[in-house]
Amino acid sequence: MRYLIALLFSCLTFLAHAQMNEIIITKGVDKPIKIAIVPFAWSGGRIPEDIPSIMRGDFRFSGQFEAIAPERMLSFPRTESEVHYRDWKILGAEYLVIGSLTFQNGRYYASYEVFDVVREKRLMSLASVNGGEANLRDIAHKISDEVYEKITNIRGIFSTKLIYVEAFKRPQQYRLILSDIDGARQRPLLSSRFPILSPVWSPNGQRVAYVSFESGNKPSIYVMDIATQRRQQMTSFKGLNGAPAWSPDGQKLAMALSKDGNPEIYVMNVLTRELRRVTNHFAIDHEPSWSIDGGSLFFTSDRGGKPQIYQVSLATGQQERVTFDGDYNARGRVSPDGKSLVMLNKRPGSNYHIAAQDLKTGNLRVLSETTLDESPSIAPNGAMLMYATRSGGKGVLAAVSLDARVKMLQPPRQGDVREPAWSPFF
Amino acid sequence: MITKTLKHGLTLAFVMAFLTACSSSSNTKNDQPQGGTDTGNGNGAVQVVEISNVVYFDFDKYDLTAESRAVLLAHADKLKGASVAVRWEGHADERGSREYNMALGEKRANAVRDFLVTQGVNGSSLETVSFGEEQPAVVGSDDASWAQNRRVEVKY
Repeated sequence: MRYLIALLFSCLTFLAHAQMNEIIITKGVDKPIKIAIVPFAWSGGRIPEDIPSIMRGDFRFSGQFEAIAPERMLSFPRTESEVHYRDWKILGAEYLVIGSLTFQNGRYYASYEVFDVVREKRLMSLASVNGGEANLRDIAHKISDEVYEKITNIRGIFSTKLIYVEAFKRPQQYRLILSDIDGARQRPLLSSRFPILSPVWSPNGQRVAYVSFESGNKPSIYVMDIATQRRQQMTSFKGLNGAPAWSPDGQKLAMALSKDGNPEIYVMNVLTRELRRVTNHFAIDHEPSWSIDGGSLFFTSDRGGKPQIYQVSLATGQQERVTFDGDYNARGRVSPDGKSLVMLNKRPGSNYHIAAQDLKTGNLRVLSETTLDESPSIAPNGAMLMYATRSGGKGVLAAVSLDARVKMLQPPRQGDVREPAWSPFF
Repeated sequence: MITKTLKHGLTLAFVMAFLTACSSSSNTKNDQPQGGTDTGNGNGAVQVVEISNVVYFDFDKYDLTAESRAVLLAHADKLKGASVAVRWEGHADERGSREYNMALGEKRANAVRDFLVTQGVNGSSLETVSFGEEQPAVVGSDDASWAQNRRVEVKY
């Protein structure tokens, strides 16, 4: 069951208590879908998490929905028989979620139903999710995922996770942090006084590859098992050891090494550690990322004088330039449907923004409007991406939908937050 | 400071003419530290100058400027025949891709190393590492700060 993984996450060590940070939607869709998520029936005492409230945050975070505040609700139906559609039509609600929570033998059981207010009929029949006390947020996100998919036909990402780097000055400290996608439950996976960079999830969501300077104040690539936090040093070559990228089957890591004198792209077999050199050019070749079919790599190179993204076929070695719009294109990532390449883009005289290029037509669209944007990481459903930017002199995370209709900014944290890595589905 | 640099054998005499030539060729880099220390010995003909431990680079570039070469020639003189291992740390400013900036710092450090080797310094005594944009010399998001952060620093 998918749930076990979520359980694993939550049972581990301490749960860094999330300051309930409000994500700021800087741009939402013109006509968001209105959804009413009614407080769940519950006969017990105080519980540590309010499931409907977390769900409202999820739907708000999608940028496509407006969640009606409970203070505005005219009734709190617990069952279908208590649902009066007119109470919800007055509020403009299009969908209604009701539910109840019970506690049995140390587990919480959440049951919920969804109604289509406009058509005045049930949309989703009674379903139930359960988990321990540490999983109440997981229960909420799971229900959000199911309801979101039912309404939009797009798989929900509320149960996915984020890994990012938080850096502190004086004293210098770097933390690799795992959190929920809404920023809650931040938990450090690693702390070091040396730089940590480039975290990236393995395709099965169980491991993270990253770069750290912890051994000898020089960069090495590591792989950490997230559940146990056991880590393995994968490389410690002379010079650059950077930008690890998992192949779609999780068996290989593409990376940039300068062991042969110059930053080049290599592919390592994770099991055997066998290395294969992919590029050979006196310019910088860096930031490899895999095509969806695993047959080629996109990478950044300044072989044309300025950083642009190129693609190399692993079978033939044939290379071609992919990006042409802008004088700086770097760190490409392919969308899950394989249709777009998302990257860091700068046009002459403009700032650094996140852009998406249609791989078929070559058309490039700038998605972000913030400044000094970098490190885009796409959600596994391909609807949204997270990236790093600066706000008020601090490194913060921001998100934008791939259609650029929704833009949001996460509130600043204590340190400088950067390099978000969006997990796959669990 | 001077006592310390003398102890490390880090001082050289430069004639004024050289300094003048150097600064006149660099009017775009007025905001960069020049690394010169006037000893104020009252002579005026000759100055004792601390060799800068930092060389600077243009944006998104890793080729050495004329000033950088001048600084590195002084280091080369000192390092030739010396058995001491030194570490050259490459850095980038905060703009652009954090990962790409690691490569930029690497290329900058390597450019320094390669230049020193062509000047007769034993390459095996020269270690290079890049910190990318991770360790800025100064904090700030403006041209002056960025100029000071695009650098290679030597650590003896």
